[in-house]
Amino acid sequence: MTIRHHVSDALLLDYATGSLGEGWSIAVASHLALCPSCRKRLTLMESAGGALFSVTHAAPSDGPAIDDSWARMRARLLDKPDAGNLPSAPSPAMKSPVAPTLPEPLRSYVGGDVDTLQWRSLGRGAYHLPIATGDKSTSVRLLRIPAGGPVPEHGHRGRELTLVLAGSFHDETGVFARGDFEEADEDLEHQPVAMPGADCICLAVTDAPLRFRSWVVRLAQPFLGI
Amino acid sequence: MDYGGRVRLDCQNRSGMFGVIQLATAHVSAAMRVDFVQTAAASQVSIVTPGGLSRAGRLSRERVHMDEETEQDTRDAMTALLLSVGRTQDVTAFETLFRVFGPRIRSYMLRLTRDGGLAEELMQETMMTVWRKAGQFSAEKGSVATWIFTIARNLRIDSYRRSRRPEIDPNDPALVPDGDPQADSVMETRQSEESLRAAMTRLPTEQREILMLAFFDELPHSQIAVTLDLPLGTVKSRIRLAFGKLREALEETA
Repeated sequence: MTIRHHVSDALLLDYATGSLGEGWSIAVASHLALCPSCRKRLTLMESAGGALFSVTHAAPSDGPAIDDSWARMRARLLDKPDAGNLPSAPSPAMKSPVAPTLPEPLRSYVGGDVDTLQWRSLGRGAYHLPIATGDKSTSVRLLRIPAGGPVPEHGHRGRELTLVLAGSFHDETGVFARGDFEEADEDLEHQPVAMPGADCICLAVTDAPLRFRSWVVRLAQPFLGI
Repeated sequence: MDYGGRVRLDCQNRSGMFGVIQLATAHVSAAMRVDFVQTAAASQVSIVTPGGLSRAGRLSRERVHMDEETEQDTRDAMTALLLSVGRTQDVTAFETLFRVFGPRIRSYMLRLTRDGGLAEELMQETMMTVWRKAGQFSAEKGSVATWIFTIARNLRIDSYRRSRRPEIDPNDPALVPDGDPQADSVMETRQSEESLRAAMTRLPTEQREILMLAFFDELPHSQIAVTLDLPLGTVKSRIRLAFGKLREALEETA
């Protein structure tokens, strides 16, 4: 699997610093599971954070004197002597014979892999599955779109992230297949076409008020009547 | 790696923007402990203003190489201390880490919370997690500072923002493993850490400013554009340029 479309530096930085909301982060983290090179880029960003962290200084007026802080910490350690040292990271789980289509953290969010999901029909072979998150500012959903259909040319108003999990589509910017990540904003005007052969399963994250602007959702719109 | 004697290290950033810390890292032998505690008590982190009266500002170019070595020594010492906490629940080693990182974590938390008491609580929680998870730290994966930074960041998301951070599961059967499993050695990690830090001091101020806002104020890049009154595209391109340079520096090391 060769991933051609990656998370941008700006978006990955938001994830690395912790400022990216939960909904968007599901798409970024699920891409990371499928993309070792972006995991490497994330590690670099976190190391940059660590480097900045270790050269910052603290003003003494920030809080109690460090001696007092340490006295509290020490009291907590002595209070709970067995609280120390969680075991090392668990040993790798057994590889199941067939790797799931949905990577973590997405799989846990939807509660299973693609074939066990309670897809909701949109008619004409299209399905969707809204995903509940604690982040009300975004709308997160899986979409399963039948192979072959074109989508009307369109632009975007908010940010829309699309992660391809199965099947593929292509537009003016290239072919998007499993693991490919599309970051659409106001600048992108395109006409995606789902490739023939297999249904295209995508994770789509959009700003909540613009929930039906994602191109994959637009594809479903004629079926939904929305 | 034992630090049997008292080691006094000056750690400073060549740019002169950041602080000088003096820390003592003798912790191994019980006989040294009294001496250590006295030294540690004096090892407050001091503030150095850019171009201020610090020794950092007066350092001559000839000392730069030596400073890189002492910075590296400091990082090695931190690694040894954390490994010791993980292996033997070494409270004395943990105290040194606490005195070095505690004030930094507090100041990191304060940037977002603007509440000294809450920042202190979050710092204590972070260091408690460091204590509990020290056995999971691996020196091949990166520096102590990076490891502690990610713990502090996650705590800031969970406890302060009360939000979840979706993350990969390293044991997920659907996870695509690294293509060329690099034999990550402690030595390689040390080298890339050094190259990274050197490259960061060479970043233009306009790029470093963005990184500071991103990591410390937890501003998403869209908000950074608003804060600095810059077009979004400019912020994106500065981020891209900054990490392009950092990646380049690491590739040269490899």
